[in-house]
Amino acid sequence: MRQYEVTFIVDPVLSGDEIKSTAKTYQDMIVKEGGQIVHVDELGLKQLAYSINKRSSGIYFVIEWSITDGTIIPKLELALRRDERIMRFLTVKLDKYGVKYNDDKRKGLIGKVVKAKEKEEKKEASRKSAKPAATKPAAEAKPAPAPVPVAEPAPAPTISSKSEEE
Amino acid sequence: MASRDDIKFLSNPNIGSRAKKYCRFKKFGIKHIDYKDSDFLIQFINEQGKVLPRRITGNSLKYQKRVAIAVKRARHLAFLPYVTDLLK
Repeated sequence: MRQYEVTFIVDPVLSGDEIKSTAKTYQDMIVKEGGQIVHVDELGLKQLAYSINKRSSGIYFVIEWSITDGTIIPKLELALRRDERIMRFLTVKLDKYGVKYNDDKRKGLIGKVVKAKEKEEKKEASRKSAKPAATKPAAEAKPAPAPVPVAEPAPAPTISSKSEEE
Repeated sequence: MASRDDIKFLSNPNIGSRAKKYCRFKKFGIKHIDYKDSDFLIQFINEQGKVLPRRITGNSLKYQKRVAIAVKRARHLAFLPYVTDLLK
């Protein structure tokens, strides 16, 4: 079994029903070819990063399905290419990590996990800034006693010179 | 003034030492990079929309390649721009 994912952008000028029927045609096509729809995600109306076909926004759809072989892909892509309602599309084969990622995302784990990770990162960052102060001197404490006498005389002259100036 | 234990260095030894860079994908076990997640990918591009080099992001080669692929896919689907100014 292979798992695929197709993302496409539907023209936002169409009416709501037309948009839904567009997505439905491709779902039906996949099912007809023997695929099993895993998930259909409507990301909704989004602002495009650059204009496509003189449109500045588009409606994103993501269809994920599993199928035994990849013979459907050329047919699906040809149909998408011929469809004037579709502005852009991208078909991707998901590896096992991709499948797991999408699973977790649907369960709502990813968003939280990412946030927790960001927190971890921040903690790590704060720990790192704190750690060098705590660990490094400890590590360098052993060789330190030698430099101490060397370091000591240095401040003394500056102090004495200051006192002289005063 | 002969010997004081609390004075060990004339200057702060931590100045100039930077935190070691690391690959966040390896460190946090992120195995899959989603091309649809533009907020995440934006961390790996500069304000002109170019992919940042490894020497700045600290990514391992394996994940840098995957980031680059994800960014290219995101650009195709207009999640990210191909060229821009003042992104971020």
